[in-house]
Amino acid sequence: MATVLVLVDAAGDVVKKTTLELLTAARSLGEPGAVVLGPGQAAALSAVLAEYGAATIYAVAGAEFDQYLVAPKAEALAAVAAQATPAAVLVSSTPENKEIAARLAIKLGSGVLTDAVAVNADGSVEQSIFGGSITVTSKVRTGVPVIAVRPNSITPEPAATPGTAEVVEVDVPLSDAAKAATVVEHVSEDKGARPALSDASIVVSGGRGIGTAENFRIIEQLADTLGAAVGASRAVVDAGWVPHQMQVGQTGVTVSPQLYIAVGISGAIQHRAGMQTSKTIIAINKDPEAPIFELADYGVVGDLFTVAPQLTDELAKRKE
Amino acid sequence: MLAAFTGRFPSLVGRAGALMNIVVLMKQVPDTEGARTLDPADNTVDRGAVDPVINYIDEFAIEEGLLLREAHDGDVTLLTVGPDRATESIRKALSMGVDKAVHVSDPVLHGSDAIQTTKVLAAALGTLEWDVVVAGSEATDSRMSVVPAMLAEVLEVPQLSQARKVTVDGDSVSIERLSSDGYDVVRGRLPAVISVVEKINEPRYPSFKGIMAAKSKPVKTLTVADLDLDAEEFGLAAASTEVVEFAVAPPRQAGQVVVDEGDGGVKIAEFLASRKLV
Repeated sequence: MATVLVLVDAAGDVVKKTTLELLTAARSLGEPGAVVLGPGQAAALSAVLAEYGAATIYAVAGAEFDQYLVAPKAEALAAVAAQATPAAVLVSSTPENKEIAARLAIKLGSGVLTDAVAVNADGSVEQSIFGGSITVTSKVRTGVPVIAVRPNSITPEPAATPGTAEVVEVDVPLSDAAKAATVVEHVSEDKGARPALSDASIVVSGGRGIGTAENFRIIEQLADTLGAAVGASRAVVDAGWVPHQMQVGQTGVTVSPQLYIAVGISGAIQHRAGMQTSKTIIAINKDPEAPIFELADYGVVGDLFTVAPQLTDELAKRKE
Repeated sequence: MLAAFTGRFPSLVGRAGALMNIVVLMKQVPDTEGARTLDPADNTVDRGAVDPVINYIDEFAIEEGLLLREAHDGDVTLLTVGPDRATESIRKALSMGVDKAVHVSDPVLHGSDAIQTTKVLAAALGTLEWDVVVAGSEATDSRMSVVPAMLAEVLEVPQLSQARKVTVDGDSVSIERLSSDGYDVVRGRLPAVISVVEKINEPRYPSFKGIMAAKSKPVKTLTVADLDLDAEEFGLAAASTEVVEFAVAPPRQAGQVVVDEGDGGVKIAEFLASRKLV
């Protein structure tokens, strides 16, 4: 059976859920080969990768991946692809991975598709475009398909029979061209340890109704009770209440979580385009005419300053 | 595979006091406020359905190009690949203060994918003197966010992408790259490809003087043949990806909306529990 390469995303020794989604999709196309970039991680991750069907783990141990921007990862993936001759390469559709996919496609002479929301058995994919208003079926015609799959689009399921997860070490000497952009410093501006917006399972977003930057803590408290990422509408970002990377919308981050809670967000086109493929949508807004209620699975017309804290308290109580 | 890039890179290196040649990439896209769709004839973007505008994030790239020119002296060239109608968007960029434009326009390019577009951009850059390319991080129509990375790969120059701040010092460029929890400081040398995110600056509006001046600014139009590219490698028929079919997404079913009677928060919690979401 043909190998389908999956680029593994991990946080320390924990395989990210997005990778389990990719492995699940890869099994419908062939035999998953997990690509682990970075030193010493393959052993720590192998049990979970095997559980989700990885037949092979390609371990590229070079320690330099974090020192340079994107290009070394594309080079490593291309080297693994040359060895594994895969039927497809899957990555999760995050900003960095899309750039890796872009460079890989050039290296392999392959077509690339991004933001796939489903991968079909024939290798074609489903995409949701123009802010979710049109769905398309697309396919790669040239080379090894390089496919970036939108996080939370596929339900991860362990393999019926675990993979053998045989570790194959791949040595990739990086070219000088791959070292052209040096990462000098990582700066975290996040106060807590919240999940990344683009691949979070639950997102709580605040809109103009919040009123002030200080009030945004109502959103943060609800998010932290749920273990959710925090998002915002463009109005909130424009007002300078929260940083730009929290913007959900047509411009900004597109999210597709299991649960999206919109607090004080009216639901303008700009915002809906970034969240309307969420599985379940909850809305809290004082305006019964707000367009967000047209999308919501459950909506409460009311004052967010009483409804949201009450929800936070109730969820905290249920956790006890 | 792509042919090796053979363009010229005259750079600031070793040219003290030299002017900085800045190229800004621009894509004309259908306005996101309109009802965008695909053309059922060939499943490409229907460019007639909605008024075309400068891709929103490219306005920030144009502004960043102008700011670099103001800080370092030099000139700003707009480069776009698109149909004849892109002229309208080119004029707007020129009226914002861009010095000149190169417009690659050729019917054979219709339906080209991101890789083909990158090849055309690389070939067009080969006809220009440039030190830095500035692009928007993403187009609002395709939302792939791949062309700046592809271009850096093809040109074999540093990729400094998703920048929320750009600083050039001599031939060294440093950016603050947006990350999921903050930013990374990334550094490279010119020539380089930079992509910028929205909010990096405040794009200026064209002034009356700018609008008048734009009328006499040079716009060079090039075809695929002018760039010594093989027409057979471009356009829909040769694209590496294909839209097989498309459909209007069914509208989301609206659910239950209740008016808060003092227990709205509790009711949401109950709903989430009933769906096993908490």
